[in-house]
Amino acid sequence: MATRILHWLEDRLELSSIRRLAVHKEVPVHRFSWAYFLGGAVLFLLMIQLGTGILLLLYYRPSAEEAYESVQFIVAEVEFGWLIRSMHSWSANLLVGMAFLHLFTTFFMKAYRKPREITWMSGVLLLFLMLAFGFSGYLLPWNELAYFATQVGTDIVGAVPLIGHPLMVFLRGGEQVTGATLTRFFGFHVAVLPALTTLLLLLHLGLVQKHGMSVPPKMIGKPYQTLPFFPNVLLRDIMAWYILLAVLVTLCAFLPWELGSKADPFAPAPQGIRPEWYFIFMFETLKIIPSNVLGIEGETLGVVGFGAAALALIVVPFWDYLARRLGRPGLLTLLGVLAVIYMAVMTLVGYL
Amino acid sequence: MPKRRSLLKAFLSGSIAASLLSVFYPVFRFLIPPDKPEASALSVSAGSSQDLAPNTGRIFRFGSRPGLVVRRPDGSLKAYSAMCTHLDCTVQYRPDLQHIYCACHEGHYDLNGVPISGPPPRPLEEYSVQEVGGEIIVSKVS
Repeated sequence: MATRILHWLEDRLELSSIRRLAVHKEVPVHRFSWAYFLGGAVLFLLMIQLGTGILLLLYYRPSAEEAYESVQFIVAEVEFGWLIRSMHSWSANLLVGMAFLHLFTTFFMKAYRKPREITWMSGVLLLFLMLAFGFSGYLLPWNELAYFATQVGTDIVGAVPLIGHPLMVFLRGGEQVTGATLTRFFGFHVAVLPALTTLLLLLHLGLVQKHGMSVPPKMIGKPYQTLPFFPNVLLRDIMAWYILLAVLVTLCAFLPWELGSKADPFAPAPQGIRPEWYFIFMFETLKIIPSNVLGIEGETLGVVGFGAAALALIVVPFWDYLARRLGRPGLLTLLGVLAVIYMAVMTLVGYL
Repeated sequence: MPKRRSLLKAFLSGSIAASLLSVFYPVFRFLIPPDKPEASALSVSAGSSQDLAPNTGRIFRFGSRPGLVVRRPDGSLKAYSAMCTHLDCTVQYRPDLQHIYCACHEGHYDLNGVPISGPPPRPLEEYSVQEVGGEIIVSKVS
């Protein structure tokens, strides 16, 4: 019976072609092989986000009157609600962290080189989408911190020259952060961003399958060992996921995500307000830029700078190409190191 | 060595089953909504009694469910659960028919809440009703 079902499916879906693909995929073995697990780790955490997110949707209510209470209900009344909510929040943070690590390793191993330019660009865009998920999701519990973080975050958007103000009004659904903003962010968080992510993720993963694993530049042209993806590497991947799941659940059990107090638009902002850790380096940068640089507003300068940096990150493969044409292949690596140091130092400053 | 192998296999499949269980058990429990206590108050106010003229009815909130209070043509009051015993639609008082009516599937109840035609299988749940200081107080008959 089982074989008949398999034959029936085989005739229609050509499953054996997928199996052939899996059998032929090989992963190089070298000192930095651990970096190959990072993409899979991001994917695993993304699946956790999808699963826990769908679960939270069953009880969450996206309105200023009910959002906070519904999250409170999830955490206090629904069985394992505290766990599901904490997992969604913690996993979001691990996901962004892993995505950054994935970005750095692919950057320093120059995995964006031909033919993987599009893989890199789709990956950077996916990272930006993850940040957008983080920002939009942060508001949804409608607590004090989220309310003011959104007030500040959307205000920064307002500093973009020309389109800033209309963009801010679009994001807020008005001049102020209100229930309309919450509804909007909910729409972005559960519909718009997931749709975009799905498309880009399919492209990204499809290209990874098409091109196979990249090899660090130093090993190109030399013989190296490989490991079959199926089942050897996949089993190691699954082990890594188990470890991640254990870390995640441990964090949830010992440091359950706080809800704080309900947002009150007519209360003063609380002390020590700051964004999530992955936005801290930007937050601190905006703090140190003087309020006026050569007649340009400091905030505007900062926002334009971040925009330029984001664009530069997207087109890294072409920079690298130019640098090599000019005979300065190390230049980009140096810039990358400086960027990492800058982000690390600024993040530390934010917490001191 | 086959014994050792089968022991290892048992351990491995046992661990896999246990970890799947540890993932899906919370999910399964999360899916089941917690019991919310129904109508914590055993009696509620159904509004002022002057405003309810003879031969009219009014729907009020009894906890999370709708209730129906009817002033019968003779001036006496009756209160029921407004949930139709057929498929839980909310019933209404029809002054023209002088009885209770469910619009979803043409159910009719008389003024004692007893079904007289249509699909409702049982009488409406009846509450006790009192007029206290110009207010209609409805309570559950326990």
